[in-house]
Amino acid sequence: MKLKLILPLLLFVVLVGFLGKGLFLNPREVPSPLIGKPAPTFEAPVLGDSSKTFYTEEMKGKVWLLNMWASWCVACREEHPLLVEMRKHDIPLYGLAYKDVETNALAVLESMGDPYITTANDADGTIGIDYGVYGVPETYVIDKKGIIRYKQIGPITPEALRDTILPLLKELAV
Amino acid sequence: MIRNLSLVLLLAFATSSFANEIVTDSHIDARLRQLSTELRCLVCQNSTLADSDAPLAQDLRREIRKLMEAGKTDEEIVAYLVERYGDFVTFRPPVNASTALLWFGPFIMLIIGAITLVIVLKKRAAILTSEENAS
Repeated sequence: MKLKLILPLLLFVVLVGFLGKGLFLNPREVPSPLIGKPAPTFEAPVLGDSSKTFYTEEMKGKVWLLNMWASWCVACREEHPLLVEMRKHDIPLYGLAYKDVETNALAVLESMGDPYITTANDADGTIGIDYGVYGVPETYVIDKKGIIRYKQIGPITPEALRDTILPLLKELAV
Repeated sequence: MIRNLSLVLLLAFATSSFANEIVTDSHIDARLRQLSTELRCLVCQNSTLADSDAPLAQDLRREIRKLMEAGKTDEEIVAYLVERYGDFVTFRPPVNASTALLWFGPFIMLIIGAITLVIVLKKRAAILTSEENAS
């Protein structure tokens, strides 16, 4: 008989729990269906030297990070110093200039430092569509077999780097 | 003479193919308009791909047009987008394990409500009859 009185209260508490959790979720974060799937292959001109071409095929057998960015993206500027720092620690970081004007993108790399081994140029955003990019910056961790293992939506935070990306890279490098 | 004839033929061919293109184009326009109202723009998430002016929405419309011109069906195009952006890109979520509660939850609630109602009514009826018997 007591249970009957307490039951509505319990249900209410559960509901509040769900709603409370909902308050702290990020609705803009759309989980990528590409995790665990092969990274879309592409070839694109290298930023700053369009006579060269970047091929994802050449990355087979390597663990690498693909960072989608643009000079017009404010959050990318925020992320940039951390990327430069990552590069100093020999993290294999490749860039993809997403829908950018080549000279603008190069100017950013000139003034803020170039953290990328190579930057591919995706001027019309078609590579971005293949990767399901909906807002830069986004960063993909791709393993030796070319499988996407992780996607960072938005800027890489020091926490995400320390707690997720670095342990993952260590695991994948074996 | 032969030259003239071939020129005429060429022109005829050119105009006819041009006319064809216009017909298929307006057909594709209509399909694009229809399909893009069922797809979500991932930048401004509560508007459809048709309503959104976000650069990504423009790119996606361009991509959808390309696929339509390549002869893909609407289903294939939706599958193409879901592959990249997940089920979130469609406004009608598919029925699968993770959306089962979304689809069937309301019916479960309805059934629970109906059962509760029947139990309560039966109890009430029992109380009433027992009171009648007592008086």
